[in-house]
Amino acid sequence: MCEGTHCLKNTPLLEKHLEAGAKMVPFSGWNMPVQYTGIIEEHIHTRSKAGLFDICHMGEFFLKGPSAAKELDRLVTCRIDNLPAGRCRYGFLLNDSGGIIDDLIVFRISPEEFMIVVNAGTVAKDRAWIEEHISPGAVFTDSSGDIAKLDVQGPLSGEIMASLLNGQIIGDLKKYYFVRVNIQGVEILLSRTGYTGERGYELFFPATEAVRVWDILSAFDDVKPVGLGARDTLRMEMGYSLYGNDIDEAHTPFEANLARFVFMEKDFVGKEALLKQQREGIDRVLAGFICEGRRSARSHFAVSVEGRNVGEVTSGAFSPCLKRGMGLCYIEKEFVTEGREITLSPREPVQRPDRRTGIKASVKSIPVYKPRENERSQNGTPGT
Amino acid sequence: MVPQELKYTKEHEWVRIEGGEAVFGITDHAQSELGDVTFVEFPDTGSEIKQFGSLATVESVKAASDIYAPLSGRILKVNEALRDKPEIINQSPYEEGWICRISVADAMEERNLMDASAYETYLKESG
Repeated sequence: MCEGTHCLKNTPLLEKHLEAGAKMVPFSGWNMPVQYTGIIEEHIHTRSKAGLFDICHMGEFFLKGPSAAKELDRLVTCRIDNLPAGRCRYGFLLNDSGGIIDDLIVFRISPEEFMIVVNAGTVAKDRAWIEEHISPGAVFTDSSGDIAKLDVQGPLSGEIMASLLNGQIIGDLKKYYFVRVNIQGVEILLSRTGYTGERGYELFFPATEAVRVWDILSAFDDVKPVGLGARDTLRMEMGYSLYGNDIDEAHTPFEANLARFVFMEKDFVGKEALLKQQREGIDRVLAGFICEGRRSARSHFAVSVEGRNVGEVTSGAFSPCLKRGMGLCYIEKEFVTEGREITLSPREPVQRPDRRTGIKASVKSIPVYKPRENERSQNGTPGT
Repeated sequence: MVPQELKYTKEHEWVRIEGGEAVFGITDHAQSELGDVTFVEFPDTGSEIKQFGSLATVESVKAASDIYAPLSGRILKVNEALRDKPEIINQSPYEEGWICRISVADAMEERNLMDASAYETYLKESG
């Protein structure tokens, strides 16, 4: 395997990021912008105006053929048979134990053609899993390298898209709908989806046009580039899971409190394990929390109640909107009640005698922050 | 350019020695690496500290890092303004964003610190 930064992949927008003063970091094998002007400023800008995100690292698969719908229905947890063309749906790929291989969004492009958008770090294993599980009737293609993805998210994103699409009406494009549009000669699949909780759009188009589309969008005064740092705090305020942190192969969608994205009235890989879990019950579930003050818990902090370990933090950061710590944790089910007091502590040995070890926090239903516009009822695309 | 009159540690703290007392904080390089500072965990006033021992934590949006004492001594005062506005560290790392004032136990320990030009060289070498 490749180590270090010399073999990281770059998106077509590297030069643009450097010009904008980005701090670049390795992420899932990619050299990605973590921030430009600062995480808090970019976070607040997305909540108040519009943020532009380079999400070219994520994967795009296509599945075509007369049996594609049936094949996909058996592989993902969300319902595909009744998904109309022009709409998309969030769901999971599960392994035989019901563990989450990935979270994804399935777009039905036409009755016999689907686009599947997956996380960057899971492209190879998703591809292998899907190829292994589909019959020859459906044609699978991994187009991750050929497709660029940019997200425009924020309360002003609707006006911005409308002004770019003069005549091509998208004003009433509802959440989880998508259309094909043409912006200054570039054919774009435009979907009303996102990972921030704000009104927002995701744009899929040929990677060769990435710089042009980035420039077109950046030309708006209200649009600022936003890095993966703010993308993470934005999704965390919404309680959206990030693959590899909050959800993984060791957890089922039930444990992750994401049962609403699992359609149990059909057959799919992993269903037997989920049925078993339904019968036997689960011990720990994913829940949101907020800290008492600005001090923030981080991933892997232990969760305790009255000195007893009852869980583990899987995402934790400072919330720029609430100005206090926030995050997600797996916690014994009986403690998942609004306002339940918990203590979050680092796992490494305490080095200083005067160090306050535990952070006082409380269980909080997600989203821990409610955006002005009601965009929060559904999960976004898979993480980053 | 780093302020000429200050002394520096390898962990990117600066210290201003004023007679038997000293004031310290984190350098511009350190605040820039951390990003937006969101919380400072101070040591208790009156507590004894040892040179290069961990004594405070500075948190940013996504991470927490330890702050090490540039000199041995005793905590006289902490910068209370940082409790509500820790971002002052980002805005003014060498002035308004100071973290602690201490009484210096052993002035000879200054030899273990870098002067401005040595710190600049250190930044270039480690960058």
